[in-house]
Amino acid sequence: MTKPAYAKPLPELTVPMKPYWEGLRQRRVMIQVCEDCGRFRFPAASVCPQCLSDESHWEQVSGKGRLVSVATFHKAYWPSFAADIPYSVIQVELDVGVNVYSNWFGSPPAHAAEGTPVVAQFEPLSDDITLLKFQLTE
Amino acid sequence: MPAKSQSAPSVAVVGVGNTRYGLMPEYDAYDLGVIALKQALDDANLSIDSIDGLILSRVPDYQRFAEMCGMNPNYTMTTPGHGRFAGICVQTAVAVLQAGLAKTVALVYGNNGKSAGQRYGGDTDSYGSGGAGFWFPYGMTSPGAFHALMMQSHMTRYGTTAEQLAHIPMAFRYHASLNPQAVMRQTFDLDTYMDARYICEPLRLLDYCLINDGGVALILTTEDRARDGPKKPVFIRSMAQRSAFVDSTFPPKDFWYEPMRSAAAETFASIDVNQSDMDALMIYDNFSPTVLFSLEGFGYCNAGEGGAFIESGQLRLGGNFPTNTSGGHLSESYMQGWALQLEAVRQIRGSCGERQVKDARHVHYMAAAPVITSIVYGEEP
Repeated sequence: MTKPAYAKPLPELTVPMKPYWEGLRQRRVMIQVCEDCGRFRFPAASVCPQCLSDESHWEQVSGKGRLVSVATFHKAYWPSFAADIPYSVIQVELDVGVNVYSNWFGSPPAHAAEGTPVVAQFEPLSDDITLLKFQLTE
Repeated sequence: MPAKSQSAPSVAVVGVGNTRYGLMPEYDAYDLGVIALKQALDDANLSIDSIDGLILSRVPDYQRFAEMCGMNPNYTMTTPGHGRFAGICVQTAVAVLQAGLAKTVALVYGNNGKSAGQRYGGDTDSYGSGGAGFWFPYGMTSPGAFHALMMQSHMTRYGTTAEQLAHIPMAFRYHASLNPQAVMRQTFDLDTYMDARYICEPLRLLDYCLINDGGVALILTTEDRARDGPKKPVFIRSMAQRSAFVDSTFPPKDFWYEPMRSAAAETFASIDVNQSDMDALMIYDNFSPTVLFSLEGFGYCNAGEGGAFIESGQLRLGGNFPTNTSGGHLSESYMQGWALQLEAVRQIRGSCGERQVKDARHVHYMAAAPVITSIVYGEEP
């Protein structure tokens, strides 16, 4: 039996974001940081929004953060999500100050209020692509 | 800023026009814009030759539009079909007139989004910083979801409830029931609101604006010319603009409170009236929560108290601050802020029929988004 093809939208593996995707593949959360002022930024950009420096590198961060908010989709904007509704999108602020949208890893927790600590989990989709997801900190 | 000063003339709206709103596949955005423009010209008793400034929104090509209308204006500008630009365009028209770049400016908005199958979620979603596609793998899409995340935060932080939020779409639908132009005119009660299906929880179907085709136009000129027109001129008394682009891929943690507070302070600093003097409010209502955030940010109630404020019936005709008396985007039609400018003008003219606010002298338009705009319309300069 062949595994059904993955039908949901896939991320575009752009050149500037390569360190991020490479990091997730290795179960590490990599975020771009300004060489001059140290501000983290995400997604990748050619200049720092704080000092406009174009010098940057990527740094592994803890993957720990806090839940900012949750919205639960009852409408499937793609047919590939129809079987999932209702599904939750979460907004997480990582401890280095950058935000991401994501989903719960596995089944959603029964209670999770704004500020609840969460930690990164890694969901491989293919050899190249791993998505960053989150679960409550144990 | 004050919309007048010793050196700059006051500016007034002298003509307004709009198409009907709904599904009109026989028209494109140019057609809808020109139908509205012709009505605005009639309203102002002006010929197209008297228009020497042209500001467009959502009409794809300014050259084609002007060619089609046989115009050679002295000032031309076009803006994207983002609702933020309704307020921006009015403010720009005031600046253009005060600078003397044009004597009479037409603002034209044409939107064939319904016929064109415009979708604000899924593959064509470009809301936010142009980076929406990055989040599609997580199923994150649509401005509705962005506002759902904000509303959830407001509920968590302040205890605001769905039952309170309901009073926004309920009030606007009541207003729409008095507006023959409104697309949705059937009033509904709290049970109906609570029973409506979720689109993106905590937001329900009735919290979403109504995508339709339509066109809107306004004609603005300086006070000297405005006094010559057939209709009572409606002056732009004061205005302000702020932005909140930094980190705007994500919802603002303060619901845009600080930039709105700053815009409100500037708006009211230069005129002899304040929030309590406003006879009606026109609040950009892409989704119900935006109204809640705007009321708090612009100082109509305190931060976190919006839920109780709207629940008390203030927004309904007869309340202290009748809001979106046309039905707004939630019930009249999603004309991206443009039809709300018309409603402000018509209230001050006293031409709103059954939904008229008695002796409306001042109306405050406000929009909360990564661009925040604030405009006070008044019957005197």
